[in-house]
Amino acid sequence: MALLKVDNLSVSVGGTKLVDDVSFAIGKGQRLALIGEAGSGKSLVIYAILGLLPPAAVVTGTMGFDDQTMPPDEAGRAALRGKRIGVMLDRRARGLAPLRTVRSQLEAALARAAADGDMAARLAELLKDVGLDPAVADLYPDALTAGQQRRILFALAIASKPELLIADDPVADLDLVDRRQILDLILKHCTERGMSLLVASHDLKALAMLSTKVVVLRGGKVVEAGEKQDVFGHPKHEFTRTMLSAGRHRARTLMRTPIGGALLDVRDVSRHYAAGIPLLDRRPPLVAVDGVSFSIRQGESLALVGPSGSGKSTLLRIVAGLERATSGELELEQMVYHGSDLPRALRHLIAFVFPDPARSFNPRHTVGESIAEPLQLEMQKSVDELGARIVEAVNAVGLPADALTRPRREFSTAQLQRLAIARALVTRPRLMVLDDPIAKLDVAARGEVLVLLNRLRADFGLSFLIAAHDLDVVRVVADRVLVMDKGRIIETTTPAQLLEKPQQPLTQQLVAAQLPDVGIVPVF
Amino acid sequence: MTDTGGAQRWSEGGSFLLLRAGVVVSLLFLLLGFVSILWTPYPATSLDVVSAMQDPSGAHWLGTDQLGRDVLSLMMKGILTSFVVAAVAAAIGALIGVPLGLGAALLGPYTDLAVSGIGAYLTALPAFVVAVLLAILFGPSAATLMVAIGIANIGPFALSTRHAVVTTSGHDYVAAARLAGATGLELARRHMVPLIGQLIVAQAVAQLAFAIIAEAALSFVGLGVQPPAASLGVLLHDAQAFSLAKPLLVVIPGLVILLIVVALNLTSAQLRWTVAADLAPGADRGAA
Repeated sequence: MALLKVDNLSVSVGGTKLVDDVSFAIGKGQRLALIGEAGSGKSLVIYAILGLLPPAAVVTGTMGFDDQTMPPDEAGRAALRGKRIGVMLDRRARGLAPLRTVRSQLEAALARAAADGDMAARLAELLKDVGLDPAVADLYPDALTAGQQRRILFALAIASKPELLIADDPVADLDLVDRRQILDLILKHCTERGMSLLVASHDLKALAMLSTKVVVLRGGKVVEAGEKQDVFGHPKHEFTRTMLSAGRHRARTLMRTPIGGALLDVRDVSRHYAAGIPLLDRRPPLVAVDGVSFSIRQGESLALVGPSGSGKSTLLRIVAGLERATSGELELEQMVYHGSDLPRALRHLIAFVFPDPARSFNPRHTVGESIAEPLQLEMQKSVDELGARIVEAVNAVGLPADALTRPRREFSTAQLQRLAIARALVTRPRLMVLDDPIAKLDVAARGEVLVLLNRLRADFGLSFLIAAHDLDVVRVVADRVLVMDKGRIIETTTPAQLLEKPQQPLTQQLVAAQLPDVGIVPVF
Repeated sequence: MTDTGGAQRWSEGGSFLLLRAGVVVSLLFLLLGFVSILWTPYPATSLDVVSAMQDPSGAHWLGTDQLGRDVLSLMMKGILTSFVVAAVAAAIGALIGVPLGLGAALLGPYTDLAVSGIGAYLTALPAFVVAVLLAILFGPSAATLMVAIGIANIGPFALSTRHAVVTTSGHDYVAAARLAGATGLELARRHMVPLIGQLIVAQAVAQLAFAIIAEAALSFVGLGVQPPAASLGVLLHDAQAFSLAKPLLVVIPGLVILLIVVALNLTSAQLRWTVAADLAPGADRGAA
């Protein structure tokens, strides 16, 4: 008997069909995953089931819950949500009220679920269930880490011991270790209590771990559906195949530039931030980077991994000359600098790629203007040569030259990241500093960008300093890996060693948090 | 995502119908005010008690008031006075508030703390209180009114300027331009002034609308522009005694104030939303 049954669900807004004829059923204890790229309609399906779509959306089709028709009115749906259906929608912890303590929010959820018995005991039990210390109950969400916030959200969703949990991207924006822990937690609750699950994400590995059944969506339509092992093992549809093979990042390309002498030396660099207003605030300064030393050789690719907040980005921004080190020094081409005082004459040697490509282009400029901008560092060159360089850079990242005259909004996130890489190439740098360049990209685009980076490195003889919280990046592009935690480098290793013999507890956690690969044929 | 009120992106071009409507209506009233300098249907100060309290007719389109003055002529003069008072007040606010806001955003945490504190205080201080204070000290006049509303304008200008600079300068594309060697003026001209300028213009238009209301309210209670000079507030004040006998005398200035303020606020909101739409990540077309 199906617990949740969706038949011929369509959602249209303003005459545009965003979800088109989607049907599936989840039996008791079954776990179904909706897979698709951004914009494929996953979230809309979930919102339609919960009755949370905006009034402008027109919903057709039938839905049933526990062999009864899903009540069409808001009151009827509300009677299910938070009682028989647990909901975990939120992405950036916006589901937690910032001005109420964890305790008051959990108590409200328990009260909604009409939980009987001692409230304090139920609350303690709930916190224990999600692996949190009872002391967090008296904190405000602000004081919690991203992983703890996500656990609280999960606790809110399961407070009523629901028969069905609906989760939209439950592990989005979490770092590797937190992601694994949340996934383990969800899976444990599903299997122990026989709770059914409807989960949507574009994180293939996470879905592979959670689900027993899979529905692949594309452009609002169901492309393929079935048992997990069938869809993942023998995908029938071309789109599923492409997506699954893109999910497996290809290993390094064979072309390699020889690694030469030292290019950049980082010596004992630290960065402190004053907490609040100097002199008025007695709190000790925040230490983002704490006495870091390393060097990069010509043609070498160095990866920085570590949990979020470990100081990776700050370190990269100092290297690239965006921020100034509080102490310590860096040396490039026999010139010593401390970050933002990087001499103008050397700036063309270091390029930077931001994590969010959409935010790194001026919305009112054409991408051509943005890409040409770094060339003002090399005004001594002729106009013809500089023009040729722009076209070369754009072609090198696989886009046509006519892309240059178009504005930012006409490109997808993945294309914008390619253009950001083109901007980084245009001054012919020696060192390219990349701050988690695939974090914002869809699964399919991730592999492509990594392959592109490897090719550019060979073609242009680049060195990379690349921050990542995903070990796939490390496996594909790095020669050497630095593991950072709390501003310090705790382990220096190679990708092979990191994955096989991690030394430090944090590194072991990181490696253990990796999810098994999914996909058809591994391409090595 | 930032609430952009469904506004179009500036960079997308497009028709901007609402923005145009707001600008056109505001400018029409402003034009009407300017015309009154050169020409009004009747001299606005000429009394003609014989033809007092007339209903609208071919000779007097909007009728006449209790002293026989032509209401249309008075309205044109009044709109001009109100706009001048509001514009001077907005200028006082902008000239002091914008540099304060820039200082708060650029000169470090102490300046920021001081300006944000003063700005919040000035924002909380009603123009009314300042006007009463100044009227006691210097006597009620158009000048004290401008200063009073101007002081009330400083806070919002300072805070919104600070906010505009902080939000636009924090964007990655500004950092990218810095890495590309852009410094000081170049950086400001290419990447910050267009957006910040638009936000400040939006704020100025909003403050203009606020000042029109403040002028009307303060003149209505006698703390501002003094008769026989006409302003929208003075006209309301004069008509109040006859509001039952001749409701039109109250309705017309009230309606004019309403239309001007709605048009100005529409313009301001549309300007602000187009910036917000541009600053929202443009490529993220995924479902929310």
